[in-house]
Amino acid sequence: MTAPSALSSGHAGTVRPWRNENVRTVAVQIGVVLAVFGIVAWAIGNVAANFAALDKTFSFRFLWELPAGYDINQRLISYTNQDSHLRAALVGLLNTGLVALVGIFLATVLGFAVGILRLSHNWLVSRIAYVYVEFTRNTPVLLLILLWHGIIINTLPHPRQALSFGGSVFLSNRGFYVPSPVIEPGFWWVVVVFCAGLLGVALLYRHGRRQMAATGIRKPYALYGTGLAIAATVLAFYAAGAPVTLDRPALRGFNYQGGVTLIPEFVALTWALAFYTSGFIAENVRSGIISVDRGQTDAARALGLTANRTMKLVILPQAMRVIVPPLTSSYLDLMKNSSLAIAIGYMDLVATLGGITLTQTGREMETMLLVMAIYLAISLSISWGMNIYNRRQRLVER
Amino acid sequence: MIRRLLPLAVAAFMTAGGAHADTLDTVRERGHLNCGINTGLVGFAAPDDKGVWRGFDVDLCRAVAAALFGDPDKVKYSNLTGKTRFTALRSREIDLLSRNTTWTFSRDADLQLTFAGVNYYDGQGFMVPKSLGVKSAKDLNGASVCIQTGTTTELNLADYFRVNGMTYKAVPIETQTEALPIYLAGRCDVYTTDASGLAATRAATKDPKAHEILPEIISKEPLGPVVRQGDDKWADIVRWTLNALIAAEEFGITAANVKTIAATTQNPEIRRLLGADELQGRAALGLEPGWAVDVISGVGNYGEIFERYLGKDTPVGLARGLNAQWKDGGLMYAAPFR
Repeated sequence: MTAPSALSSGHAGTVRPWRNENVRTVAVQIGVVLAVFGIVAWAIGNVAANFAALDKTFSFRFLWELPAGYDINQRLISYTNQDSHLRAALVGLLNTGLVALVGIFLATVLGFAVGILRLSHNWLVSRIAYVYVEFTRNTPVLLLILLWHGIIINTLPHPRQALSFGGSVFLSNRGFYVPSPVIEPGFWWVVVVFCAGLLGVALLYRHGRRQMAATGIRKPYALYGTGLAIAATVLAFYAAGAPVTLDRPALRGFNYQGGVTLIPEFVALTWALAFYTSGFIAENVRSGIISVDRGQTDAARALGLTANRTMKLVILPQAMRVIVPPLTSSYLDLMKNSSLAIAIGYMDLVATLGGITLTQTGREMETMLLVMAIYLAISLSISWGMNIYNRRQRLVER
Repeated sequence: MIRRLLPLAVAAFMTAGGAHADTLDTVRERGHLNCGINTGLVGFAAPDDKGVWRGFDVDLCRAVAAALFGDPDKVKYSNLTGKTRFTALRSREIDLLSRNTTWTFSRDADLQLTFAGVNYYDGQGFMVPKSLGVKSAKDLNGASVCIQTGTTTELNLADYFRVNGMTYKAVPIETQTEALPIYLAGRCDVYTTDASGLAATRAATKDPKAHEILPEIISKEPLGPVVRQGDDKWADIVRWTLNALIAAEEFGITAANVKTIAATTQNPEIRRLLGADELQGRAALGLEPGWAVDVISGVGNYGEIFERYLGKDTPVGLARGLNAQWKDGGLMYAAPFR
């Protein structure tokens, strides 16, 4: 069936080309490649022709030549409305990154917690987890974003009647205000002592593991080490004269000035995304844990490990192999769903580059291609990072 | 090899694509006008209780349809946001954009658009709740401002605050309808848009008297219909339809008396406008002799349209102000029909 033979065709030594399986597969592949390139060439040609007919040019020069002209409410780097569109896009990109990072962290914490709770033997707890998962998975994410945004804006009070916690933290419908640290020169010594402390803790931990492997004696070296490191850092802090002051937010005029402001759009977006994605992650975690053979739990309990230690040392490490690939997808989903920010007025990449810049400069094609390329780059980096972890978790069989 | 093929592909498609038929022919063949309007702005474009779109900008679409087809209802509306309006026009999804769009240099020169006149002279203002106790825009340092993205309003706001040494916290919104609940919930202190938009938004609140429009008008916003660049014949049709509406008010021609005046007037310019005498160039634009009669009997004259949607008897309640006839001290000045 695989190799052509003189016997199968009836002709001495020759086979018709289309009967030859190798020829067929190569021909099909060539055909598919030509078709794909043909479609791409047609698409590009169509766009080029339409551009020419409409007298449009394709150039990215507007990014650095024109001033943006608009302000952005949340900026992680300095930005004024006279900076270029490129800088505005960078501000938007950093905002997207911030939402993605915080969202991924929150979603993971929530997802793992709910996933493990779902498997609890306590009927009420597992039912509540079930309801949580079904609600978050089955509600469209845009609705959740609008819902949380609406809740924050309509239930929290006006800044003039803001809720205050200890006179330093304030909650209002314009944002959450927390004091921010102001760093003075002496702080760098504290950082040095802190890093030295971390190093010391790591070394002590390794020493403790070696001692346990060699002699079976387990002393909480890491705990002692951490205590020492913290004490040393605190001592260094006061020895340097407490070189960090707090910039407290205070109501001046219309709004709170000073400190760090978490705008309600950021809070609503991050929380809604984390909430939504945690449902998916919870199910991934549950399926990962279930995939570990029941025999592992039995053996671990038989050896005298507590339920907690069993989960931490035996089940979860094996479950992670099943959890991590779909977890990567959930992370990518969260990052891409953050582009819905524009629905509530959060200035992420799509809102700045693909929104205001697009409208004011009229360059739809350039901005959209750039936005897609950037999202692709971010997604690929997240995948790449997760795959490194994946490879290290691989079951290495002989 | 692919790189060498690409220019060939492009050349093939460019010859195949060819020149687009001009807009007038396309519209006549289609049988109705594709008009872009607002997603919902009281007075300018809003659905009535039967779901039919009505408003100051909508009536300009109807006027052009009446000029072309004799029937003001031969229009298909596309509701466009600030972000999608120019893309829709340039990609030929609509033929005419009548969506309270400001005529600016960059839009005219860089975005390849042509503004076919001004149908409303406006300016940007600020609206605050009276409870804030603010009396002037110069007191707004540090305030949160609700602002529509992708508009000239946004750029003017940034300039105004920068030049006056003030800062503000921007609260970006997509549409007018989004702005109102956010402003009422207190998320922002100030709402800024064209003064006509402020009046329309205030009219939609439960207690209009609780909101104050500050006296400062910080920019010129000449709002007008927009068409694609490069199609002069089509731009002329829209421009002269608007001129016909303004001229009709100047001459005292209304929807009620247009047919009588057309039959009996001796005024040479009115006779040319209404088709009683030959108007040089009318046929070159492809318009019927009675085109202006169709327009005015379909939608009324400029003053009637203004009173119907924006006048003192409407919830919006705007005075004519700059939009009065030139003889009354305003800026509405129709070029002569000669």
